Amino acid sequence: MLTLQFIPYNDIQYLTPERRINKLINVVKENKIVLMQGRLVPEEESTLIERTMEQINRSNFKGIEICTIYPESDSNVVEKLKSKIANLLLGNREGLTIIGPATVVKEIKKHPDKIQLFTTDVKKKSRRE
Amino acid sequence: MIRIIRDFIDRLFLQIFKGRKDLKIGLYGPPNGGKSTLANRICNDWLGEEMSTVSKIPHETREVKVKEKVTVRSKGKEVTFNLVDTPGIATKIDYEDFLKKGLNVKEAKKRAKEATKGVIEAIKWLDDMDVVVVVLDSTENPYSQVNITIVGNLVARKIPVVIVANKIDKKRSGIKKVEAAFPQYDVVGISALKGRNMEEFYESLFNMVR
Repeated sequence: MLTLQFIPYNDIQYLTPERRINKLINVVKENKIVLMQGRLVPEEESTLIERTMEQINRSNFKGIEICTIYPESDSNVVEKLKSKIANLLLGNREGLTIIGPATVVKEIKKHPDKIQLFTTDVKKKSRRE
Repeated sequence: MIRIIRDFIDRLFLQIFKGRKDLKIGLYGPPNGGKSTLANRICNDWLGEEMSTVSKIPHETREVKVKEKVTVRSKGKEVTFNLVDTPGIATKIDYEDFLKKGLNVKEAKKRAKEATKGVIEAIKWLDDMDVVVVVLDSTENPYSQVNITIVGNLVARKIPVVIVANKIDKKRSGIKKVEAAFPQYDVVGISALKGRNMEEFYESLFNMVR
């Protein structure tokens, strides 16, 4: 059975980057796929990779698969400004971050217009789009 | 206005600081993109010697390697730098993948353990880089989160980036895909193995370090 856990932005908004990352890794280590509202900043993403590497080889944890989708900023200047002000006031809630344990999610393929999530199954490989 | 003044001061301090230390150019990217092959190509071209070992088994480079004082000359210009070859950055490492490549259990577990440390080391070295060459395998899908995370971190740290689409000698190579994935950057298509298009690569390097 595949479990998806949604983490709304409100749940992580006031956490420090370290606690935010720990929260995500802890959910993934329960063999759940995280669907997080918003996205991590690049420094948090690299810290997430570092913490993941530190925990590999412990209790069958083999790492993560991660993918972030967010709206492309091809809008006009006014729209961009609006979006920046909203992000400043409310936090960057745009986009969705998908993080799954490598033992469950074999691969996440990101294309410009779609995401393919390949899961690992004991009996057979399944594919969800 | 304040931002312009702040950027000017940042650049001024960077120049003063750069004047005192050796320029570091780092090779970053996912495993098996050809970082070590490119490091060897650069060292062979300008020093007449190799720098790193290469292998078809991923995570061959598991420690950061530095080749000091590499001097590159092109079209009357010259630059000397320390070349830093880093382990491939990955989000997962499974020792069982190495078993499929012919390693025994002990070797595979050792390689996996060293590879995880290598990834952490590579990320920690990011802050020390003056210019980074992101080496991508042009036969692979460029839209991976690892690629996006690497480039995002370089942008956040204001480190100049050269994106290399390596392995253009292969049939499945697609530079256009890499260009589409990173439209805000100049992408240089090369074959580090065959030494193709290296002149253009060195020219891009000069543009970044001047």
